[in-house]
Amino acid sequence: MAATAETVLGIFAHVDTTVRALEELKSKGYHDLTVYTPVPVHEIEDVLERDRPVSPVRLFTLIGGLTGTASGFFLTIWSAMQWGLITGGKPVASIPPFVVIAFELTILFGGISTVIGMILLGRLPRLRPSPTFDGRFTNDRFGVAVHCAAERLASVRQILTSAGAEEVKA
Amino acid sequence: MAVVEHREPTYADVNRDVLRTLAPPGNLYFAWMCLVGLILTCGILAWTWQIYVGMGAAGKRTPQMWAMYITTFVFWIGIGHAGTLISAILYLFRARWRTSIYRAAEAMTIFAVMTAGLFPLIHAGRMWFAYFLLPYPNQRYLWPNFRSPLVWDVFAISTYLSISTVFFIVGLVPDVAALRDASTGWRRRVFAMLSLGWEGSDGQWRHYRRAYGLLAALATPLVLSVHSVVSWDFAMALVPGWHSTLFAPFFVDGAIFSGFAMVLILILPMRHFFGLHAYIREKHLDAMGKLILITGLVLTYFYACEVFTSWYSGDHFERASLFWKVTKSYAWALWLMYFCNCVSPLILFWKKARTSPFCLYVVSIFVLIGMWFERFNIIVPSLGHDFYPYTWGIYVPTLTDTTIVIGSFAWFFILFLGFIKLMPSVSVVEVKETIPAPMKGHGHGGHR
Repeated sequence: MAATAETVLGIFAHVDTTVRALEELKSKGYHDLTVYTPVPVHEIEDVLERDRPVSPVRLFTLIGGLTGTASGFFLTIWSAMQWGLITGGKPVASIPPFVVIAFELTILFGGISTVIGMILLGRLPRLRPSPTFDGRFTNDRFGVAVHCAAERLASVRQILTSAGAEEVKA
Repeated sequence: MAVVEHREPTYADVNRDVLRTLAPPGNLYFAWMCLVGLILTCGILAWTWQIYVGMGAAGKRTPQMWAMYITTFVFWIGIGHAGTLISAILYLFRARWRTSIYRAAEAMTIFAVMTAGLFPLIHAGRMWFAYFLLPYPNQRYLWPNFRSPLVWDVFAISTYLSISTVFFIVGLVPDVAALRDASTGWRRRVFAMLSLGWEGSDGQWRHYRRAYGLLAALATPLVLSVHSVVSWDFAMALVPGWHSTLFAPFFVDGAIFSGFAMVLILILPMRHFFGLHAYIREKHLDAMGKLILITGLVLTYFYACEVFTSWYSGDHFERASLFWKVTKSYAWALWLMYFCNCVSPLILFWKKARTSPFCLYVVSIFVLIGMWFERFNIIVPSLGHDFYPYTWGIYVPTLTDTTIVIGSFAWFFILFLGFIKLMPSVSVVEVKETIPAPMKGHGHGGHR
């Protein structure tokens, strides 16, 4: 494993040139990349997601949702049992009305844990900007940051420039 | 300057045009703020008077204990439905026209639910005991009755408010990052904090996109459930005119109908004053017009079903209640509702009407009036004419409750007016997603 001591940043104005650079970098064996885009772009995602598993956010949703269902039923049944008052000849723990509460808590817990998942997995909040970030990336520029060994710096620069980068910074 | 209508805006245009909406406001804006603030003050004074004097000030007596406040509560909850419909259901259906209006609609949802949430408190009289509705351990071992639709309502609405707010904030994060990078000084620091240091790296987008889709999938059944639960506040009771299985879809459809009308009421002036014609185009107005038309037609069908089922039920009380509503004391309100909700949207069959801001605005106002009266007609005449003639009664609004209801509109508009100057009222990211991505090579205009 080569030490990834250096970082090169290429700034692009177009999606197709960014994709070209990414394809080129991947085929040359550079996988430690950070790509900045103002919006999620399908072409770029297609290249990046090819060899990555699906985001595990959905696990947070599932666990949060099931916790919500369980706590909805627990709260309603347990509190009904606390004072076993029979009304309308129905069982004290009458499930059909409790489904409404369980449903609402499923959505509530599921939604909140999804956001927690997104924040944790996306490493947010970030207190200071990462060194390769540039303010233009939230406007109309795309950035490709390549982390590589110092001796490969020149070849990475070459790849980024020939793909059509507007600017290449080390 | 606004972008010329015919040229597709670029990414940089979007940033510039959205940032422009946050420029310091002019005198007109402050004039509106003053007017709305004045009306809100009257509402607050009226509420104070009601707390001081008692609920009699609101004209409440048996049998119409629900009267204006619950009418207005249901009205505002209904308004709150369009936002999440646009941001969740239309997101899952990939309806691209939603992108330029969804931020304003989501903000509208949150503010409408916040307005609605005031009414149970106002209605409760001693609103400092409202926390009794929440389940919390207490020394008396008392818990809310979870078999009561009113408690379902507390859960449904607080979940709806929480999830809509979360959805709204998640959508704002990348946009606030764009604001941060375009501003300086203390504003930059505030926006940096609010954006959580968002950078738009592939690692962030990857989880963000997945989370957004999941939130939309969770919010979709939630939208449909909230107004269903609100309708069960009525449908679970035995009152003639309420006790019907039709109520859940009937309420949900009416909510979407009135919600879209309110979206138009807010969006059309925004489009005009901010010069957002390049983003909120005729096709957006057309699509919203069509949705109002279709939900209006479905609502007409539900009205017909409602009348038919009470006649066909053969139930004496149902029939008597219907006859009373259609012909007696509150008949004017019923026929006004039929006109506003069934007849006035029919003009939207013409494309010219659907693309004319003036026409849409007038129809939207009619729809809002009609939908307020729909809730009035469900609540007031039904309660006023149930099984036992001794308990029949007529409700007359007082100055206090009318002022509080009008004040609630001011509260809603003041929140919205504040919002459009503090946060991007058009989504930077989602609008960029719908315009062609910048390409160097030719022959491939966009990624869709």
